[in-house]
Order: sequence, then C-alpha cells, then structure tokens
Amino acid sequence: MPRKIRVLVAKPGLDGHDRGAKVVANALKDAGMEVIYTGLHQTPEMIAESAVQEDVDVVGLSILSGAHMTMFPRVMQLLREKGAEHIIVFGGGIVPVEDVKKLEDSGVSKIFGPGTDTRDIVKYINSVFSE
Amino acid sequence: MRSGYDISALLERFYAGQVAAAARLITILENGGDDAEKVLDGIFSRTDDAYRVGLTGPPGAGKSSLLYQITKRFRKKGRKIGIIAIDPTSPFSGGALLGDRIRMQSLSEDPDVFVRSLASRGSLGGISNCTDEVTDLLDAFGKDLILIETVGVGQSELEISEKAHTVVVVLVPESGDGIQAMKAGLMEIGDIFVMNKSDHKDAEMAAAEIANSLRLKDIPEGNWNPRVILTSARENTGIDELVDVIEEHRSYLEENGLIAAKRREILFSRVRNALMDRIEKRLGRSEMVREIMKNRMDDVYNGILTPYALVHELEKTVKIK
Repeated sequence: MPRKIRVLVAKPGLDGHDRGAKVVANALKDAGMEVIYTGLHQTPEMIAESAVQEDVDVVGLSILSGAHMTMFPRVMQLLREKGAEHIIVFGGGIVPVEDVKKLEDSGVSKIFGPGTDTRDIVKYINSVFSE
Repeated sequence: MRSGYDISALLERFYAGQVAAAARLITILENGGDDAEKVLDGIFSRTDDAYRVGLTGPPGAGKSSLLYQITKRFRKKGRKIGIIAIDPTSPFSGGALLGDRIRMQSLSEDPDVFVRSLASRGSLGGISNCTDEVTDLLDAFGKDLILIETVGVGQSELEISEKAHTVVVVLVPESGDGIQAMKAGLMEIGDIFVMNKSDHKDAEMAAAEIANSLRLKDIPEGNWNPRVILTSARENTGIDELVDVIEEHRSYLEENGLIAAKRREILFSRVRNALMDRIEKRLGRSEMVREIMKNRMDDVYNGILTPYALVHELEKTVKIK
C-alpha cells in the first residue's frame, strides 16, 4: 500500500485570518491526504516540532500578515536542525512577487498567491510525490 | 513515495531518544506490512510499563481540550506523556482532517510530551487499527503515561475499552437524558464519566442522571464503582479531581492485581484482531472466492440458493492457511 501523503497546515505568527488555510486543508483532505491542521498563532518552533512528531511529508504555511520573510526561513532552519530537511515547505498568502522569488530560491518549494485554484495545489503536491 | 526503510538504524536512533526516529517508526506502523512487524518485534520486549488512559465520547464534548488540561497536570507530577489523537478518515476520499492539535498547542514546546495524530483509516471502532502498536512504540520510547483520544463516538465504537487501563467517557449536558445513559454501549465501558462544560446550566442535572443510571447497575462488592465528575475544560475546573480519580482507578487496578489481567486482555485482543485482519485480507484476495462468488451469485439472485447455503459452500472450499 502506498503511504498516504501527510500535510501539516499552519498559520504562523499573529495574523488571525484562517479562511484560506482552512480551504486548503479541506481541499487536501478531499484529495485523499491526511491533513494536520494546527490552527492560529503558531510559533515556528511549534510548527517545526509538530511537523517532526507527525512525520509529515509537506508543511503548508499561510501568511497574510507580511511576516513571510521572517517566518518561512525560520521554519526551514528549524526543520533542518531537527533533521527534517526532507519535508517540503510550501506557502500561501499575500507575498509580493520579488519576495516569492527570494523565498523559492531559499528552498521554499512553492508560493501560491491569492486566487489560486485549490486543484492546482493538489496537483502540485501529488506531482512532487509521484516522481 | 519513500520506501526501503533501514529499520535497525531507525531503532538505534529511537533508543537514543530521537523524536524524528520515533515519528518515522509510527509511520511505518501505520502503513502495516512486514516493516511494521519488524518494528514491533524489535520493541516488544520493552513494552508494558506505560499506563494507558482512553478518552472517548461524542464529537464536540471537549475531549481534546480536557486532554490538554490533564496533560498539564500530569506533567507537573513529572510524568512523561505520549498522546495519540485519532480523527476519522473520510470513507469517500480516504483523506482526513486531523484537528486535535489545535486544542493542545503549547504542548509541542514540551520535550516530554509526544503528540501524534492518527487517521482512523477505515477502522470502525472509534480508533485506528494501529493504536495498539503506536501505544507500544510510545511506551518503548520511555513515556510512562499514554493518553488515547478516540474519534468522536456514538454508542457502538467501543474498541478503546480493549486498549486502555482506564476509560474516561466525556459527555456534555446535550448528550441525552437518563434513558440514553441506560442504553448499552458507551455507558458500559466507562470507569470514569466526565460531564464537561459544567458551566452549562443543565450540567448538574445531566450529571445526576448519569449517576442515577450507574446506580441501577449491579456492581459486586469490592469492584470499581464508576465515578461521575463535573469539569469545565474552558474554565479549568474539576480537572484536579479528574486527575485524582484516574490515579485512584489505577491504584484500584494495581491493588487488585488487575493490571496484569488487563495486559493479558489487551494482548489477547491484539492477536485476535491481527489474525482476523489476515483472514479478511486473504479472503479478499482469494481468486477462488471471487470465482465461486461470481459463478454462484446468480443462483442466490434467482432464489436457487440461499445466501447462507453459498457461505457454507465457500467455507468448505476455502482453506485458510
């Protein structure tokens, strides 16, 4: 039996808008994935530790607050420190184009902007694991 | 996807206390098969110390929130805690939304607490088929208290009673009146009944109903009398009492030599479940069964054969080995 894709969806920092994260979590569930939703106001430390304990394949971060250039690198760094650099990190939210480039260059696998079709996110994750 | 695990290397890292190794071993247990058996064979001799508490009850009763509160209390007593939180798998998509961590956020900062969310993956008993195995793993990882939170259950998802030393049934005032409480099932497996959301105006009445219906049961002298406790996970009341009563139940089991009996019961149900699982899989895969069913179903449909006659025929033909 192929193992199920496990995804952690989290909202780091102080931003309280979780509609997008919930929509994505639900779409991934409907696509047959096991989604651990940890809710609002997570520190990077909480996110990284949860991701390790849950042995997820993917972490999805939703950031609408503008703190993406702090949060993403910190989560990536903590995952590396915990020996979990194999985990793929993607993100969504309001991220300016020039920052998207910087984040994707620094190892974030993909940033999905506003208006993204959830099917594209599902397709993207499935494609990463079908290789 | 990932495969070809080096299990002995993982076990080595596991025994060195690495969280990532424990987490990966749980994934292997969840996926079952030969690798899972190898892991279990590797850890089995180190299991049976941890005390196992199950929390069950209807969806939305506050199981996760209570779990969070009692975990904090047990941490103050210095216990190392493993938490298994189970949520349902969708029978339609096969996916799952595991949301129990939302209620336990700050626990992920405590190195002596390990939380793992499991999807039920088709099991109908309110737990996951690998609950026993994951419990063993956390036990071997050095946790001395394992808290298992079931899927939000109705009246028939009772498998937790085969897994836990102490079963806590969490109810809320809306869970139903005294007649609901007299029904078979959930009300028969609780060692402790918690009426959560005790700030609700009907809570005391509801708790009294539960206590009344428990009193109708004929409990032999000297046996454990199920207890009813009012709690509010939100307002953090009644939690100390709940923790005390869990400890009291544990002492009762210990003083009466029932821990060993429970261990036997847990192991017995495991062997039985694993065997049934094998038989089911084997039958499901059997070409012969499929062939006979295909050929003979018409006879059943046309009234030549009864369903049971066909089953007898299958039983005679199929050897389970």
